[in-house]
Amino acid sequence: MKTLHVSTRVNGDETDFVCAPDETLLDALRNRIGLTGAKEGCGTGDCGACSVTLNGRLVCSCLVLAAEAEGAEIGTIEGLADGDKLHVLQQSFLDHAALQCGICTPGILVASKALLEKHPEPTDEEVRYWLAGNLCRCTGYDKIIRAVQDAAQKLRSA
Amino acid sequence: MRYAIPKTAAEAASLLMEEAARVLAGGTDLLVQMKSGARSPEVIVDIKHLPGLRDISREDGGFRIGAAVSGAEMQEHADLVAAWPGVVEGVNLIGSTQIQGRATMAGNLCNGSPAADGVPAQIAAQAVVRIVGPKGERDCPVAEIPTGPGKISLGRGEFVASILLPARPERSGDAYLRFIPRTEMDIAVAGAAVNLVLAADGTVDQARVALGAVAPTAMLVEEAGAALVGTKLEQPALDALAKACEAACKPIDDKRGTVEFRTHVAGVLARRAARIAYVRAGGRA
Ligand SMILES: Cc1cc2nc3c(=O)[nH]c(=O)nc-3n(C[C@H](O)[C@H](O)[C@H](O)COP(=O)(O)OP(=O)(O)OC[C@H]3O[C@@H](n4cnc5c(N)ncnc54)[C@H](O)[C@@H]3O)c2cc1C
Ligand code: FES
Ligand code: FES
Repeated sequence: MKTLHVSTRVNGDETDFVCAPDETLLDALRNRIGLTGAKEGCGTGDCGACSVTLNGRLVCSCLVLAAEAEGAEIGTIEGLADGDKLHVLQQSFLDHAALQCGICTPGILVASKALLEKHPEPTDEEVRYWLAGNLCRCTGYDKIIRAVQDAAQKLRSA
Repeated sequence: MRYAIPKTAAEAASLLMEEAARVLAGGTDLLVQMKSGARSPEVIVDIKHLPGLRDISREDGGFRIGAAVSGAEMQEHADLVAAWPGVVEGVNLIGSTQIQGRATMAGNLCNGSPAADGVPAQIAAQAVVRIVGPKGERDCPVAEIPTGPGKISLGRGEFVASILLPARPERSGDAYLRFIPRTEMDIAVAGAAVNLVLAADGTVDQARVALGAVAPTAMLVEEAGAALVGTKLEQPALDALAKACEAACKPIDDKRGTVEFRTHVAGVLARRAARIAYVRAGGRA
């Protein structure tokens, strides 16, 4: 199989990598660029652990070909914090103990950030529907919803 | 395997003439099928960079939706949602927020699943599919695209470039409902779409009813539409609608729904969708 050369931007940085034509963006992020924040839970679009943004849209990176990243803008969990300063959502997840094993957390944070950019003042129901494609085996979700709502409030008053 | 980004429709058609070539739109079916080994394409033809394929444009009072437009983009188009709420809600039921960021209405159609949520409302809407191939362009009614589970009527080298939702007369409305055992992220056990046009006094003037997941393809049920014409959706009309839907069902029997259950639910969903479409058309329920 011929390898491809892909030029893209990840979290604002110009990034180049080579990949196989059938390689997923998730595998390229993890294995070629060393960004291991996005996780593989299922590989079939069901769990959301691999969530990233592609040209501003929330997507499952396990269902995107790495080759499709050519010329695109990718946003991953690694772009959330500003150096050592955690994003409001990240701090809120810590404050509310909204994670246990943490496998789902990067995907949920990326998805929640995309939600709050679009709907700064969501209802609990809207948060639950928005995050319906992000599965968590540990928390029971309630703490996640509380953490997202607390962050939403802080972001609104910021 | 090769990955190709054609820049013109002619280039896409010629790539698709190659052995084991496959269109890539949102990839939410194709990548899953490649991973499971169900499909092993030799050439992946990414159509998302073809001119016009990402556009929603007005045409003769209707809407032309490019084959690379995602569900999320359809939802954000206020005029489209106002004109065709049922078509958009069918597409928006597909998967999660993440899936909506990628999944296309045309991909939902071309994947050929009998349970595809985006298809019944397109059939009820009389959508017209624009197909491009080695011999140029042709238009085809959406109901003639699916031919069986996983099968569609497109010839070699052909792909869907766009789908036209026609202009709406005054007092029209549509709706789509599906039943799944969960509230999100599941495959329809039955689905029903209803598209109505009302006369000035609120009686139904035109009605089209389509069902999904209860036969080898999504299908129009003419008798079900006929049962509503000339009525204001009184109880006998809704009973006749449900009966016509049940009579048309030829569902599979599996762990997710028995034949009896799927047949019954198709009728129930048609009744409910009809009421929603009626109210959307400005009728008083
Ligand atoms: C987690 C998850 C949940 C899902 N939930 C639902 C659901 O609730 N309801 C539902 O109906 N579906 C569901 N799906 C299936 C899928 O998301 C939809 O069918 C989607 O609309 C497919 O569109 P796509 O653009 O991603 O298609 P792709 O995967 O890109 O393509 C699908 C097939 O159609 C062909 N194709 C695509 N576009 C064209 C074209 N323009 N011309 C010719 N051929 C074409 C491709 O070659 C491929 O064979 C789900 C999938 C996942 C992963
Ligand atoms: S790994 Fe992508 S959705 Fe589960
Ligand atoms: S914290 Fe373990 S899966 Fe969510």
